[in-house]
Formats: sequence, structure tokens, C-alpha cells
Amino acid sequence: MINPFRLVGHGVLGTCETVGEIVLFAVQAIARGVRGPYYWRPLLQQMIDIGFYSLPVVGLTAIFTGMVLALQSYTGFSRFEAQSAVATIVVVSITRELGPVLAGLMVAGRVGAAMAAELGTMRVTEQIDALSTLSTDPMRYLVFPRLLAATLMMPVLVLIADIIGVMGGFIVGVAKLGFGPQDYINRTFDFLETGDVVAGLVKAAVFGFIVAMMGCFQGYNSGRGAQGVGTATTRAVVSASIMILTADYIVTELFFAK
Amino acid sequence: MSEAKIRIRGLSKAFGPKKVLQNLDLDVPDGQSVVVIGGSGTGKSVLLKCILGLLQPDSGSIRVDGQEVVGAGRREMEEIRRRFGMLFQGGALFDSLPVWENVAFGLLATRRLDRSAAHAKAVETLGRVGLPAATADLFPAELSGGMQKRVGLARAIAGEPDIIFFDEPTTGLDPIMADVINDLIRDLTREIGATALSITHDMASVRKIADRVAMLYDGRIIWEGPVAEIDASGNDYVNQFINGHADGPISFGQEQAARRA
Repeated sequence: MINPFRLVGHGVLGTCETVGEIVLFAVQAIARGVRGPYYWRPLLQQMIDIGFYSLPVVGLTAIFTGMVLALQSYTGFSRFEAQSAVATIVVVSITRELGPVLAGLMVAGRVGAAMAAELGTMRVTEQIDALSTLSTDPMRYLVFPRLLAATLMMPVLVLIADIIGVMGGFIVGVAKLGFGPQDYINRTFDFLETGDVVAGLVKAAVFGFIVAMMGCFQGYNSGRGAQGVGTATTRAVVSASIMILTADYIVTELFFAK
Repeated sequence: MSEAKIRIRGLSKAFGPKKVLQNLDLDVPDGQSVVVIGGSGTGKSVLLKCILGLLQPDSGSIRVDGQEVVGAGRREMEEIRRRFGMLFQGGALFDSLPVWENVAFGLLATRRLDRSAAHAKAVETLGRVGLPAATADLFPAELSGGMQKRVGLARAIAGEPDIIFFDEPTTGLDPIMADVINDLIRDLTREIGATALSITHDMASVRKIADRVAMLYDGRIIWEGPVAEIDASGNDYVNQFINGHADGPISFGQEQAARRA
């Protein structure tokens, strides 16, 4: 028998349960992680993987975004003779919004998926159990370094993406739209506020945490076998992406000044 | 007589409606090797994981050296686990670390040794399981199945544990390699003077490594005794299992029915 109330109730309760589990997982990972012992090697490894090896994909995303942004805003703003605002539009959009969000989504696909797959495989092959039997807390050894590395490295990554994105706009602005190089750079910095960049970097840290959190949570609680790991990976990327877009609004609202 | 090294009383564990362990009692005497036999999916692994504190039983008591494991705090559990060594079924080697770091992982984790001393200890332990020093710097993926088992064994004994658990130690090995691993398990356990608890369904392994045998069926230990008496147990279930007959009191359908009850 299909009872719609039951279906809805089931869904709501299930969602609440998952949210609770995720929050509990995060609190536990952080509470245990900060108390040590600390594992520097996994932390360093994760920082390099997230911060350095994500550079190509994030850089490419940023440069094309900056280029497209310059073209599109030129088209739009030239309709009311405001094409001089292109440089400002590019830098504000990139630093406040597109840099962190696009980098976050790319990192979710690259790093979040890898974390879920790695931890999921470790769960399935009993490596996580083996850690426990070898006097090592998997939360401290596996989860905490990933959370910390992603939270620390995402702002760095986004700062670089900001620079590359602005450069993309510069290239198009100078080569195609007829701005003078010095003029474009001046216009970029004239109306840029520290708050724009800071807001973007705060977002980046939040997104980094979300990506690592969902990657670790899904991998850690992965189901059995290849299918379980596959599902965990998909869930990690999808849930991280949705959460990034949700958190994006919340953080923007916090930094929003009239 | 003093209390057994591991003393399990009334242990029950269910996953949803599926009752895996029901009121299970088992004693593992100090310095002895007890092997739990039973068909696939009868809860042998669940039993091990309850003792290791990786699963929380629904009820019952597990005492290791008189210390209660069920409901123990995380710190307390970590303390108890230091006395344990475990050989996992698939090896469960950390594939991101070289062999030597796998072997010395517990020693490094508890800061008992620095890295160079740990490396030396790992090479020495690898020697005890018959692996040359050159394997120390390889990665687990570069090893054959038999070698991976040996590395797993080396990791289990590296911390000189009081109690070693073996989860299906011969699964996935050819009969000769299985025998080699069985010999190693028997010799090394005696050498360290450890108590051993193994689970397996490989009778050749049972006859080689067991002092005592316990048969798990329907969530309980239905027969327990010295390995020498296993052929004369007088228990239909044990007889069917050790002779590997399809016909007998144990059948797939009955097991399902028993679980549902």
C-alpha cells in the first residue's frame, strides 16, 4: 500500500538522520583531531594533493571564466555605454563569487571524489578496521588531516584562481576589447575592496571544509563492494556541490552590506 | 583455575531483524589457540569484531584479562587493543605505504620506536615470516597474495601482542601456500607465547593451528572441545561441517528459517 504521508515522513526522517550523522561525524573528527596525536605526513600529503595538484584544473576554469566574463559584460554594459566597467565587473565577480564557487565545484569533483573513493576502498578492504587495531584512530589519521588540509588550502587555491581569472579578463580586454594594458589594470584595482577578496577567501575555506567533509563522510560510511564505493563517490560529489551552492548564499548574505 | 584470557558470556548482536549472534558463550584459555569454525555468514567475523571493539554488541559480556570490553570507553579500548594483533582476511594492508611502514605501523603509531629503529624492526619481523629484506621497500600492490598474507602476519606480530586474531588466514591461497601460512601461524604464536583466536572454514587449517575448536552455528557455539576430539564429537552438525557434506542438519534453508525465528 502506498501511503503518501508515510512516504513523506520516511523521507523527512531519513534526511534528518543523515544531517545529524554528518554533523556528529564532523564534530567528532574535529574534537578528536585537535586533541592529537597529530599526523603530519598525511596532512602534508593532502595539502600537496589539494593545493598543488588541483592547480591545473582550477587555473583553467578560472582563466576561461575571466575571459568569458570580460566578453559578456562588455556586451551587456556597452548597451548603456558603461563598457569601462568591464575590469571592475570581472574582478568583483571573480573574487567574490566565481573564483570560490567554481574552484569549490572543481575541487569537489577532483578531491572530494578521490577522498570518498579512497576511504570507501579502505572501509571495504578493512583497512579502516586495521588502523583501529594498530592503535591509530581513523578519525585522527584519515579524516582530520583531510578536513584541515582542504580548509587551509582552498583559500590559497582560490587566491591563485582570482589572479588567473583577472588575467583572463585582462587578456580579452586588451587583445579584443581595445583597453590599454595600464588602463585595464588601474580599473581593476581602483574599485576593488579588501572585503571582496576576504569574502571570497572565507567562502573558499567553507567550501574546502564541505568538500572534505562529504568526501570523508561518504567514504567512511561506504557500503560493501565496488558498488558501495561507487555510490559513496557519487554521493560525495553531488552532496558537496549542492552544499557549496547553499553555503554560498549563506556566506554571501553574511558579508552583504547595503 | 584462573579466568580465561578471553571470556565471552551471553553475547548477542543483531543487524536489524537478523540475529547474528544469540547468547554466545566462549572461553579462550591463556596461551592456547582456539579456532572457531562455521559456515559462511554465520557471524564468525562479527564475533571477532565485537571482541576488537569494532562492533558494539547488543548485550553480553566480553572480558579480556578480566577487563570488560563491552561498553569500554574509547581510550580504554585503545589500551586493550594494544595487546592485540590481527591478521585480516584480505590482508588489509595500507596500499599507500611501503611494506616496512605497514609492518611497523603500530610501533610508529604508539611512538615506541623512531623511524629508523622501526625500519630495522620491520625488516627483522619480515625475516621471521620468511620475507627477504628487499621486500621492505616495496608497496603492497607489488606483492603476490601469499606475500601479502605474510606481510599481514608480520604486521600482526610486530607489536609482540598477547592475543592474536586470525580472520580466515588461508582464504584465497593455494593449498601449499596455505600450509606454509598455517605453519607460520603455529610457530610464531608459540614463539611469542601468544593466545590465538582464529576463525576459518578451512579444515586443514583447523587441524594444523588449533588446540581447541568451537563450532558456531545459528549464533551460538554448539560444540567445543580439543582438536583431537573433533572427529569423534558425536555432533551431527560438526560431522557434516568437517566432512563437507551437502546433506545433513545444516542446510541453507534451515539457517534462514532459524534466523527468522
